[in-house]
Amino acid sequence: MPKKRKNPQRQPKRASKQVVLSSIKQEAKGVLDEVEKREFPRVVMPSRTTDNIVYDDKVGHYVLGGRKVVRSAGNIRHLKPLSQMVWGLSVARDLLDTEKTTTLRDVYYMAEGAEGLSFEDQSESDRIITDIESVLSCSREDFNVYPEERSAIFGDVLAEYTVKGYEGKRINLTMHPDGVMVGPALATAEFIETSADKVIAIEKGAMFSRFVEDQAWKRFHAVLIHTAGQAPRSTRKLIRRLNTELGLPVYMFADADPWGLHICQVIISGSANAAHISNLVTPKAKWAGVYATDITKYDLPSTKLTEMDLRRLKEIKRDVRYQRGRWKQEIDYFFKIGKKAEQEAFSKYGLSFIVDKYLKKRLDELGA
Amino acid sequence: MSDAQFIEISPADFFYRNRDIAGFTNPVRSTYMAVRELVENSLDSAEEVGILPDIYVRMRVVRHENEKEIIELSVSDNGRGIPADMIPNAFGQILFGSKYVLKQSRGTFGLGGKMAYLYGQITTNEPLKVVAGDGARGSEFRLMIDISENKPKVFSHKDFKLKRKWRGVNVSFSFEGNYVRAAPKIVDYFSQTAMVAPYANLTFVDPNGQLYRFARSTSRMPKPPKITRPHPHGLDVEMLSRMIAASRRRDLALFLSGEFERVGRKTAKKFMKTFSISNAKLKDLTHKDIVMIVRSLVSYREFLPPDPSSLSPLGEELFKEGIEKELSPEFASVETRKPSAYSGHPFIVEVAIAYGGGIAGGAGVSLYRFANRIPLLYDESADVSWKVVHEEMNWRRYGVSPGTDPVSVLVHICSTKIPYKTVGKEYIADRPEIEREILNGMRNVARDLYLYLSKRRRIGIQKKRVNMFEKYLPIIVEYAAKAANTKDVPDFRVLLRKAKRGLAEEEARVA
Repeated sequence: MPKKRKNPQRQPKRASKQVVLSSIKQEAKGVLDEVEKREFPRVVMPSRTTDNIVYDDKVGHYVLGGRKVVRSAGNIRHLKPLSQMVWGLSVARDLLDTEKTTTLRDVYYMAEGAEGLSFEDQSESDRIITDIESVLSCSREDFNVYPEERSAIFGDVLAEYTVKGYEGKRINLTMHPDGVMVGPALATAEFIETSADKVIAIEKGAMFSRFVEDQAWKRFHAVLIHTAGQAPRSTRKLIRRLNTELGLPVYMFADADPWGLHICQVIISGSANAAHISNLVTPKAKWAGVYATDITKYDLPSTKLTEMDLRRLKEIKRDVRYQRGRWKQEIDYFFKIGKKAEQEAFSKYGLSFIVDKYLKKRLDELGA
Repeated sequence: MSDAQFIEISPADFFYRNRDIAGFTNPVRSTYMAVRELVENSLDSAEEVGILPDIYVRMRVVRHENEKEIIELSVSDNGRGIPADMIPNAFGQILFGSKYVLKQSRGTFGLGGKMAYLYGQITTNEPLKVVAGDGARGSEFRLMIDISENKPKVFSHKDFKLKRKWRGVNVSFSFEGNYVRAAPKIVDYFSQTAMVAPYANLTFVDPNGQLYRFARSTSRMPKPPKITRPHPHGLDVEMLSRMIAASRRRDLALFLSGEFERVGRKTAKKFMKTFSISNAKLKDLTHKDIVMIVRSLVSYREFLPPDPSSLSPLGEELFKEGIEKELSPEFASVETRKPSAYSGHPFIVEVAIAYGGGIAGGAGVSLYRFANRIPLLYDESADVSWKVVHEEMNWRRYGVSPGTDPVSVLVHICSTKIPYKTVGKEYIADRPEIEREILNGMRNVARDLYLYLSKRRRIGIQKKRVNMFEKYLPIIVEYAAKAANTKDVPDFRVLLRKAKRGLAEEEARVA
């Protein structure tokens, strides 16, 4: 058993909450001050239109450009969204004050109940939440709005809860054989110590379970994370924290198809949708498979790339982030063989092959 | 050979045999026509002497004969009246009248009213009662028309001193009619007449005792038309022959320069030289000569267009007055076009547009047609104006949805000769000259409407703006206070006033 390592970056969670609360107050105060000065109140935030979302090569992820948008009460078309936004700020404050968490769906129902704001559908309230993220430059989890979909984590990490009622309680993330769900409580928990030396993120639930059962976590000293398809933002943030706070390198396994590629890429460099939030990416994370070349190399059972797969493949081929190294090589190979394979395809060689042979070899190759 | 008999019939006989051409086709239509003809005579008679018309119409169902309904119609006016000795001929003889000169007037056959009496006489066999006053004395006649002789048949006559100073005529007679079915057209007729005669008091008491009153709203009257001579372009052989027969001028040159509009001595000479017509004595002209002269006159392009002083348009102000009185629209615009002419007949087109407000019915573009200040109520879709409104105008270009927007279009044509398509005088032929004037006028008033509508739209947007501010400013302030965790809520009413000021400015610009 390797030595436990302490988290050198433990910081009180209170601080982040206070930061968010004070920016909410600042924005709201700004609105009130302008009314006081007999001006139409306005809120300024970075523009999120596609022409203002740029891939920043230096930091390795999408960021917003310099363009700002102004929501002004002096503009008739802004009145409603501005009202909704100010309402959203009051909701965010309320969530933080009462230490309650919620989901986007839930926010929509709260919006429906808010007199006079006439939200048409959930996409409208979702957009307001995204606006608030932009204005406060934080992610919605910072003001307690969490995703519906939950992914899971399993590994030797000692975490300490900060949520109401559980403050100070600790949990080892190997406690539950199905893994521990990544919800608001875990997302805000502090990492105390770990014996692991890497993180392995896995797309599929079946593979995640196999890795747990075969004790891959023990053998490879790994924290396993089930992304459940495209990783939710709280999970991406968790991966980032494991990487930055505990210094664990991150490896990712997904299906050998354009969608699997992109699941890995988003963990590394983020998505355009979340370009306004910078603390979600793990630029140093490594894509560990399944590669297109693995299909040939291991003679994996495969199926033909569909029309839709090919379209997506062409799209990502144009994306700057796929222009070099392993990415480019594998995309070209996909086009060459016109085939895709799932992670489970390795079961052809027996249930443990993927952990014992494939993964071991791959991690060695990547210098883990 | 057939044994066809050639008999001469009197004008009265002719009209008796052909009464349907004057509109007396059935009891319903005849009821409407009788009212119309008498009211028009009364309006003319007051306007001719520059008196503001006061017309009182009463209708009673006097009895039912089998299936027939016998109606008594009584019309009184305050017009110029008629001398007692003229009454028998004026009312009892067809084609006797004062309207055979060239100027704009409502009727032109001189038989409109008499057609009604004739119709009454043949359906009830009852005499007509005429009372005329000249301010001091009055006369009462009961008479019929001797149809085969075209002569009045007087039953009784008495003269008396008037108790009340009154000048004018009161006519009453009975006829077979049908009020219930004619009622909508009759009421329309009065209300549309009021549109083009806002200076008149029109009172109508229907057989049920229901009173319709269309009160005068102005004391201004249109300028009366001047009597003019014929324009050479409007001639035909029959007309020229009659004029020659009636003229005492010595020769053709003097005749042309003396009897026609826009022909002086120089023009007459130049015209005769152009067509190599020698200056003969009038009585020496043969039929062949006359045909040739008519052709030449009609084709000669050097005559100035006919003088429009024989016309009496309402004028933009008066027309608008009438429209506002009867339709109370939200917006109205009127254009009186410049005088123009077709085939030697001068005409003036007046076009108006009215939008929204009190207009009944409302949905879609509705058309009101007038000719020489008479409303035309039948055969709308055969009229030249209908063609312009429904086929030639591109309403969308003027911001109007022709199927749904509350728009009324009014077209008034005045001319010494309205080109009706039929004797029934209900719809106007599509003479290109007239059609063009209507279209151009309509485009102009439609443009005015367009400008008005876009201004109104701007105000609408402003109003919506203010509503939005009223709705959202309190919300913004309320939630901002919550989010800032403060009880110190600033006063946002100043901002509301700021938003309202924009609206006031916009409204001021439209007004």
